[in-house]
Amino acid sequence: MINSEETNTIIQKPKLPDSPEIKLHEKSLSRTMIIAVFIGLILITGYTLTHLDTAGVQINQAFKELITTLNQMFLQPNAGTDGVTLLLQALGSSLLLSILTTIIGAVFGFLFAVLASKNLTNAYLGAGIRVVMAIIRAIPTIIWALIFSIVCGLGTTAAILGLSFHSVAYLTKAYSESIEGIDNSTIESLKVTGAKFWVIIFQAIWPTIVASFVSWTFIRLEINFANAIAVGAAAGAGGIGYQLFVASGMSFDFHETGFIVYLVILVTFVLEFIAVKIRRFYLNR
Amino acid sequence: MLEVKDLQKSYEKDKPALTNISFDIKPGTFVAIIGPSGAGKTTILRSLNQLIKDDGGQILLDGNDIRTANKTQLRKYRRQIGMVFQNYNLVERLTVIENVLHGRLGYKSTLAGVFGRYTQEEKEEAMSLLKKVGLENFALQRCSELSGGQKQRVGIARSLIQHPKVILCDEPIASLDPASAQNVMELLKDLTEEYNLICIANLHQINMAKKYADQIIGIRKGKLVFDENADLLSEDILRTLYDQDITKELE
Amino acid sequence: MQSPAKFLKHKGWHQTTIIALVGGIYVLGSWFLKFDNLNGLLAIPKAFAWLGVNFRPTANSMEYLPRIWQKLIQTVLLAISSTVVAAIISIFVALLGSKVTGINGFVQTLVRGVASFFRNIPLVAWSMILLFSFKQSDFTGFLALLLMSIGYLIRAFMEIIEDEASETMLALKATGANYFQVIFQAVLPQILPSILSWILYMIENNVRDATLVGILTGTGIGFIFDIYYKSFRFDAAGMTVLAIIIVVIGLETISNQIRKVIL
Repeated sequence: MINSEETNTIIQKPKLPDSPEIKLHEKSLSRTMIIAVFIGLILITGYTLTHLDTAGVQINQAFKELITTLNQMFLQPNAGTDGVTLLLQALGSSLLLSILTTIIGAVFGFLFAVLASKNLTNAYLGAGIRVVMAIIRAIPTIIWALIFSIVCGLGTTAAILGLSFHSVAYLTKAYSESIEGIDNSTIESLKVTGAKFWVIIFQAIWPTIVASFVSWTFIRLEINFANAIAVGAAAGAGGIGYQLFVASGMSFDFHETGFIVYLVILVTFVLEFIAVKIRRFYLNR
Repeated sequence: MLEVKDLQKSYEKDKPALTNISFDIKPGTFVAIIGPSGAGKTTILRSLNQLIKDDGGQILLDGNDIRTANKTQLRKYRRQIGMVFQNYNLVERLTVIENVLHGRLGYKSTLAGVFGRYTQEEKEEAMSLLKKVGLENFALQRCSELSGGQKQRVGIARSLIQHPKVILCDEPIASLDPASAQNVMELLKDLTEEYNLICIANLHQINMAKKYADQIIGIRKGKLVFDENADLLSEDILRTLYDQDITKELE
Repeated sequence: MQSPAKFLKHKGWHQTTIIALVGGIYVLGSWFLKFDNLNGLLAIPKAFAWLGVNFRPTANSMEYLPRIWQKLIQTVLLAISSTVVAAIISIFVALLGSKVTGINGFVQTLVRGVASFFRNIPLVAWSMILLFSFKQSDFTGFLALLLMSIGYLIRAFMEIIEDEASETMLALKATGANYFQVIFQAVLPQILPSILSWILYMIENNVRDATLVGILTGTGIGFIFDIYYKSFRFDAAGMTVLAIIIVVIGLETISNQIRKVIL
């Protein structure tokens, strides 16, 4: 019952190294690469930190101020002059913004993902979509929102378009990686029955990736919520982000800032909780 | 000599996982622990080196109680007790010989261990143990490149370099194909005789237990129901152990 | 047991409900936010047409290039250094807080809570309160990115440790090795490639986030884009975007190559 490969190795004469020094490992590319990258990163960091421009700020003094600010924020939060109702409204509109753009991202993302996946479409179309999506992804969301606000004016429409663009590109990549992970036999077994392309997509591909589809979509929802706040603050697109920007950067009411931050954290916790529940539901099915 | 007396453990209140387990094992004995899944086999094995803290009883290794040892003493006991795992538990990214040498860490100072400084003798011993388990040509290979049977033999070499009195094998062959499983069992059996070890293995395969073990311990619902010479394992006992007719597997 | 026909019918209903629900949320959401879908859709070709005309870098905008390049390099350096410092802090915290290597239940819960808290404070809030104390300087941008990254990396590192190192950790503990020996000989060698992969990902991400932080705190590439944008020098703004695209895709490509070798 002993297989031949194992017998061979046992019978072979021992080859103790001739050199008295016994090596523990050989030089391997991966070992060298890890060490090289770490050393490189640390050198860059060292250089950057020693050449950092602090604008002549007294670091000690600044840290003391920061602690005072944090204290005002987290230990004495209040709704400030805007009032709870207005802030909740703003929070709601940011949340809606992120949900809306995630839905847009999921629908178009899935469409493009199907067209971009290597195991489904022809190579040129797939490669073309992947390049375009990589370029869209490379441009930060905030810049997309600013670009659209020139055409549509500052406001919700620009924010929605900006967030959607990045979402579509991000989800296309995520979904198509899930699709490419599917075992080829699943697709082939339906192909041989003569099923049409989109029938295969919705009968074989969709059920297989639905769990990871849901996971990625909810991850994007959390990212979009953060982005909705960022766009609200930096592109004047309204919502809780704008209130946050005004409270922390214009009226310097850090009590209100703290209140807003707590609201945002609460929403992200709820989103995370829902995501975990739904993910578990789809994984168990 | 390993003596276990009245070992007890419960994970939840009023739901004992082990009740009053007692047995003795002499050096040079290969022991198989058998019983259904969830009977408490792993709990017994892992409380023998205190990876699981039990609730009561005595575990005497050559007359010294392991259970009452403090942290430093416990580490000294642990290095006398090798352990082999179902999933091998190797550091896959390191080489075979580095994994074997991990077995020496218990004997080293913190600093030497942290930086992986081993003496020439230790390295030579690692090489000769690799030869013993038939892997001397694989010393500089990464463990991730090995087959399951080869990985398990690295695991065995890692436990041997501890100079153990006892080797605990937690389902050592459950992830292996039949040929490799046979190989590993033979190796364990030979080593037990050669080094006069106490080797204790959790097994699912009753035929393997019958074939290789000197002594068999049967566990059912946390209680010891059988502790005899392997030849005395009868169909009746197996039926009470597993609540069903599994004599076919014996054939 | 359900009958197959009933099961399929149930499944059909389930799908219809979900589609209706998502569609309903979308329509209601559009209404609440006063988002005109048709106009929004029409705005896209308009925006690109406009981009094609106004954002196109001209010969004239080449003169901006050195300044853009300098700011971009500065931004990349900030992204790298904030990630590396965050990673060094996070690995220690993750070792203390993971279920496998952690000290005790209390510390584990504490670490998890703190990491989650840091991660969920909006980057805008970090930027603004740091700007208030540290003024308009690179250090402000560095700190904002650092604090954000710490939250993400602690969670990622803890998950890596729990996924990849629990078995080897147990094996070395059984040999009688002590805590530090186990950490350095089993845990770290095992997780290092995954850790590095996450660091690379975080650097890419921080370059993008640095744009936002830059707009808010007046540093790096975000600041310079904001200036060009607000002063209607759109060809220069376009040049900046082009430079960002090149650098981000370049970083992504390098990271992917490194990942291929180390994983």
